[in-house]
Amino acid sequence: MSTSAIPQNYTSTRADSATEWIKSWLLTVDHKRIAILYLLSINFFFLLGGLAASLVRVELVTPQGDLMTADMYNRMFTLHGVIMVFFFLIPAIPAVMGNFLVPLMIGARDLAFPRLNLLSWYLYMGGGVFALVAAITGGVDTGWTFYTPFSSSYSNSNVILTMSGAFIMGFSSILTGLNFIVTIHKMRAPGMTWFRLPLFIWANYATSLIQILATPVLGIALLLVMVERVWRVGIFDPALGGDPLLFQHLFWFYSHPAVYIMILPAMGVISELISAFSRKRIFGYEFIAFSSIAIAVLGFLVWGHHMFVSSQSVYSGLVFSFITMLVAIPSAIKVFNWTATLYKGSISYRTPMLYALGFIGLFIIGGLTGIFLGVVAVDIHVTDTYFVVAHFHYVMVGGTIMAYLGGIHYWWPKMTGRMYNEAWGAISALVVFVGFNMTFFPQFVMGYLGMPRRYHVYPEEFQIYHVLSTAGASILGLGFIIPIIYLTLSLFVGKVAGPNPWAATGLEWSIASPPPTHNFDQTPVVTEEAYAYPEDAAAQDSDSWQAGSHL
Amino acid sequence: MATTSHEHGHNPALQHHFDTPEQQREAATLGMWAFLTTEIMLFGGIFMAYAVYRWAYHEVWALAATHLNTPLAAINTVVLLVSSLTVALGVHAAASGKQRQVVLLLLVTILLGAAFLGIKVTEYSEKFAHCAGYANPITWISGGATLEEAECLVPGQQFHFPVGHGAEEASSLPNIQRNAQLFYLLYFCATGLHAIHMIVGISIMAVLAWMAARGRFSSEYYTPVEIGGLYWHLIDIIWVFLFPLFYLV
Ligand code: HEM
Ligand SMILES: [Cu+2]
Repeated sequence: MSTSAIPQNYTSTRADSATEWIKSWLLTVDHKRIAILYLLSINFFFLLGGLAASLVRVELVTPQGDLMTADMYNRMFTLHGVIMVFFFLIPAIPAVMGNFLVPLMIGARDLAFPRLNLLSWYLYMGGGVFALVAAITGGVDTGWTFYTPFSSSYSNSNVILTMSGAFIMGFSSILTGLNFIVTIHKMRAPGMTWFRLPLFIWANYATSLIQILATPVLGIALLLVMVERVWRVGIFDPALGGDPLLFQHLFWFYSHPAVYIMILPAMGVISELISAFSRKRIFGYEFIAFSSIAIAVLGFLVWGHHMFVSSQSVYSGLVFSFITMLVAIPSAIKVFNWTATLYKGSISYRTPMLYALGFIGLFIIGGLTGIFLGVVAVDIHVTDTYFVVAHFHYVMVGGTIMAYLGGIHYWWPKMTGRMYNEAWGAISALVVFVGFNMTFFPQFVMGYLGMPRRYHVYPEEFQIYHVLSTAGASILGLGFIIPIIYLTLSLFVGKVAGPNPWAATGLEWSIASPPPTHNFDQTPVVTEEAYAYPEDAAAQDSDSWQAGSHL
Repeated sequence: MATTSHEHGHNPALQHHFDTPEQQREAATLGMWAFLTTEIMLFGGIFMAYAVYRWAYHEVWALAATHLNTPLAAINTVVLLVSSLTVALGVHAAASGKQRQVVLLLLVTILLGAAFLGIKVTEYSEKFAHCAGYANPITWISGGATLEEAECLVPGQQFHFPVGHGAEEASSLPNIQRNAQLFYLLYFCATGLHAIHMIVGISIMAVLAWMAARGRFSSEYYTPVEIGGLYWHLIDIIWVFLFPLFYLV
């Protein structure tokens, strides 16, 4: 029975009533539709977290606390941190782009467990509801790190609700990871060997390993804090015989690997972008692939670098410091390989590429300052200052969010079938880059000069940096709003993209945009490496270049 | 023109996104193994806490452990081990396509699981009865013999670890009440979490038994039984660690 007459894609609807249409989305098991559900909900949380950040930044314009009370300020930065970490950064790239692309890239019709995939989304939303209710009914003031004994004994804010939110969301993350692992192992198309996989897949595979191994440890740690809060028995409160360091160990055993849950998929996106817009095979494929795995493994052994000043033994501090240096090696390998890929490539400065180049620069700064922090002696000077705040924003915003935006732009034509406005794309990429640096670079300086994190009043000498930072944040905010506008508009007025607007390699570009529900009419058979761009792509491109072609 | 993706329409158990039953089976099994790893890490956190406090307060903890009901727990261990056997036999029966045997063995497993939980409830309620001042749950309800020496091992305001008869060296241990309470808190957390897993496991077994009774499985297709069995074995193994750590050491 053939129905090939009308071109159907995953967004086209067969529902005849509004309720049926809503059902066809909310009960879908199609990985592409679930990716869209995630896209919308994750962006919602991103805007919410951004709103909290704006309020924090506005408060910090003056050295006095004039917008909020100290208590309110604590709740505000906690809201920002919790939402951004648990409800944006951790799920962002795997749940949106991973969901959409993993089956397409490996030539499968769906993830291995489609219903589990839908369940993940519901768990994510369920966790989100808990976090939102907690925020609306008063908020939490512990910081996203939930340190005990403050969170377990002394804080009188909505700790339990928020932790439940993070706990539930954790299971969403675990199930996504599990689904990816099984899919990547078992669902690859014929000929799609491990070393023909796009590097985005390797990155998501490494991420998934971390998700299933580390997340449950956070789960149990949060559960124990909740138990301690309810029964008032000291698991972590030293006044009751508990050990607060145990909490920190369990927390960072998850939360350090969690930073790699955020950055590894981002690195995967960057490998795709750099190769596609240099029109060149990626340099050192195996090195990039294995460095993802190396980062995932080593990432489990460095959590103690968050605890240098916590009374953990100096000897373990030294060991953690040493292993922290080792993690920088695979990260650097990736940066060198991307740079080498650019060399003699046919580079076009399209929007996704601008984000990718921005990523490399910012990640270098973020990564190198990570090494400063990994040196015990330096860390003791700058720990709990804005230096740390700047470091992690360089990797998380400069890294993950740049890659997220770059990836959204790159795969936008595939997801929606439409092209966005390239000029606005380029402008907003530049706005983001400038705004970002203006926001966070001053924070390195003031942190080094001694401005502590998490305070809402501060000595006047730091005001200049705070004002700069808030000004930068306004620009950055603008840079996030512009894409929302032109991407939405593109759905209605965008040029029809066609299957492969970038002339890129990869199975996802071999099918229609947007893809049909079953992805591939015929299971594809893979016969070449990933990124099989012609050797002389650069020469060809320069020959055929004419005024008006894209840069 | 028939498309290749639909030529397997004849096998109802094969989901549309898999090519072969073999692929579907391997995916399900790998998924379960990955999930079990997650479970181990979840309990790992509790074992870690156990290790830290056992190290810090080993004398008090050794003493505290003597007030658990070891004979009941030993019976429970045997019950669980037998249930692992019945599950394994059930999987074997499923593989050889003996549907009635599968149903029977799964039902026996459910019974054993329920027996385990029953004994566990008895153990718990004994502790609660002590807090109320009674010797055991039955006298608590019917109002019989009371406890000679006050004891309350349920963590909370009332917690009281008895250091009475002849244990001078015990009462000299620093913070004995506090640290014994920590032992019991972890005991309740660990065994409670395990009990929740038992309840989930029993539900899974019930669904599997029902499916088997409806003739959903055959010697070609019995993956659910297989991976349900894996889950059950994991719960057993966790208990095999909990039992010596809390009751015996
Ligand atoms: C090149 C590798 C990296 C190294 C060597 C490194 C090192 C460090 C060190 C030593 C600290 C502790 C500073 C302190 O609290 O005193 C830290 C904090 C932090 N890092 Fe990194 N880091 C690296 C990459 C990353 C990445 C890729 C991310 C996220 C995507 C990240 C996110 C964070 C966060 C969120 C914190 C602060 C957590 C908090 O206290 O709230 N780091 N880093
Ligand atoms: Cu870290």
